[in-house]
Amino acid sequence: MKTLWNNYRYLILRRFTQIGILVLYFGANAWGWTILMGNLSSSTFLNIVPMSDPYAALQMLVAGAVMATDLLIGVAVVSLFYLLIGGRAFCSWVCPVNMITDLANFLRDKIGLNQVQGIKQPASRNLRYWILALSLIISALMGVTAFEFISPISMVHRGLVFGLGFGWAAMLIIFLFDLFVLKNGWCGHICPLGGFYSLLGKFSLIRVHHSEENCTLCMKCKVVCPENQVLHMIGKESLPVLSGECTNCARCIEVCDDDALGFSIKSLIKNKTTGE
Amino acid sequence: MNENRPEKKKKQPLSDRRKFILGMARGVGIATLGGFVWSAYVDEVTASELLLRPPGAIREDDFLKTCIKCGMCVEACPYDTLLLAKPGDHKPLGTPYFVPREIPCYMCPDIPCVPVCPTGALDEPSVTTNGKLDINIADMGLAVVDKESCIAYWGIQCDACYRACPILGEAITIEYQKNERTGKHAFMKPIVHADACTGCGMCERACVTEKPAIFILPRENATGKAGDYYIKGWDKEDEKRLENAGEIKTTTELSKRPASEKLNSDFLEDLY
Repeated sequence: MKTLWNNYRYLILRRFTQIGILVLYFGANAWGWTILMGNLSSSTFLNIVPMSDPYAALQMLVAGAVMATDLLIGVAVVSLFYLLIGGRAFCSWVCPVNMITDLANFLRDKIGLNQVQGIKQPASRNLRYWILALSLIISALMGVTAFEFISPISMVHRGLVFGLGFGWAAMLIIFLFDLFVLKNGWCGHICPLGGFYSLLGKFSLIRVHHSEENCTLCMKCKVVCPENQVLHMIGKESLPVLSGECTNCARCIEVCDDDALGFSIKSLIKNKTTGE
Repeated sequence: MNENRPEKKKKQPLSDRRKFILGMARGVGIATLGGFVWSAYVDEVTASELLLRPPGAIREDDFLKTCIKCGMCVEACPYDTLLLAKPGDHKPLGTPYFVPREIPCYMCPDIPCVPVCPTGALDEPSVTTNGKLDINIADMGLAVVDKESCIAYWGIQCDACYRACPILGEAITIEYQKNERTGKHAFMKPIVHADACTGCGMCERACVTEKPAIFILPRENATGKAGDYYIKGWDKEDEKRLENAGEIKTTTELSKRPASEKLNSDFLEDLY
């Protein structure tokens, strides 16, 4: 039991926050709770703290919308929060789509689809930055928030809170895409929101840190990591994971039996390595 | 004979520079393709015109870029009037709307849906008079009567819409007219007054016919516009419109042919 907790502690915590946040939003709509009102695009916490999706706000800005004060405060709150804890912490700790893609990834491994496709991925992970740029260009040209009208994240999340409609189709599309077409396809290659938070997360303070002296080169971390390009230092150097593409999901920390990976705060790491 | 020849036929590996340029071209090509498909889709899904927005909603094209689709207005509505467009509703995704025949806007005096809007897509000043929220100046749409299916216009007594109207006697009035067919009854025809109607849809909800004979349309769709060419000369207020009246100059090119030619030619000759 203890090893079970040890091996899945962060996964369990992540599912707890992901589902908990959904329940709080759902409760606000269904029963008038006031803890977390709205949805992931914009909401208020305890009826006081405004929170807004900075990527949606950026699209609004380039589309030429007048930016309201509440919105800007909300954007500042969310941006600061993810600047501190790692931008893509949103992806692995909050976003409901993560549960769908994790399930696809789990099944992919279980039924052996990974062996069929091989290790080489047919698409670049930089695709998301292209889509991010494209979304801003289209927003500017069309005068609407381009990604917000097609975002399967919003469809799924808003669907679960306000009523699904055909939103289940968006879930199924992402699930099938990740299962049969491309490993980590949506979250790891396409999603421009993930791309946006990757850029934001470059500056984050909380990092996964690798200590090479403990590493036994079992490579379990690289197998389990949904963005394994960020773990390039495994077994080579004692370095923090500095790429913003790391989602801070902590799966690598859980699967490591040798205590070679753990969370740390960035500035402290710097002091340790440079001896300042 | 020539030893160089077979080597030349072999495919040369692409130089790094060539690879880079081709890669860029491919990227730009795919981005253009994707961009057009994406733009076309967004253009299509935001083209819904017959849509009733919450009170205080700004102009539709501004609304589409300003609404962040958070659903706070939907949660604030105590009557579950407001809905968020779901996939399959054929409305701009995630934006709030209401269907008055199902649940109309009950015109709460404190308008809870408007102040919660974080982006100003629901504009508080537009529903405020003298520093106080005033739902009576909201403009969600305009009631329109279909005289063909309205049974009051047939001569059957019905004033359901008039009674349901929250701005009783102002937004809808009853016009009495002699019913010549019976000779002893009166038509009681509902008349909508566009200046007072807020488009709340209580009349549409109350209408007794199978499909409502009075219904709400977005004001843009329910009204015409006289333009600057026609001014009510007897109305001092309306005459002020002249000040802003624009001028359109149209020039028609004069025919270069002399008039005599036209006069003398056979008309039919010109045609054939």
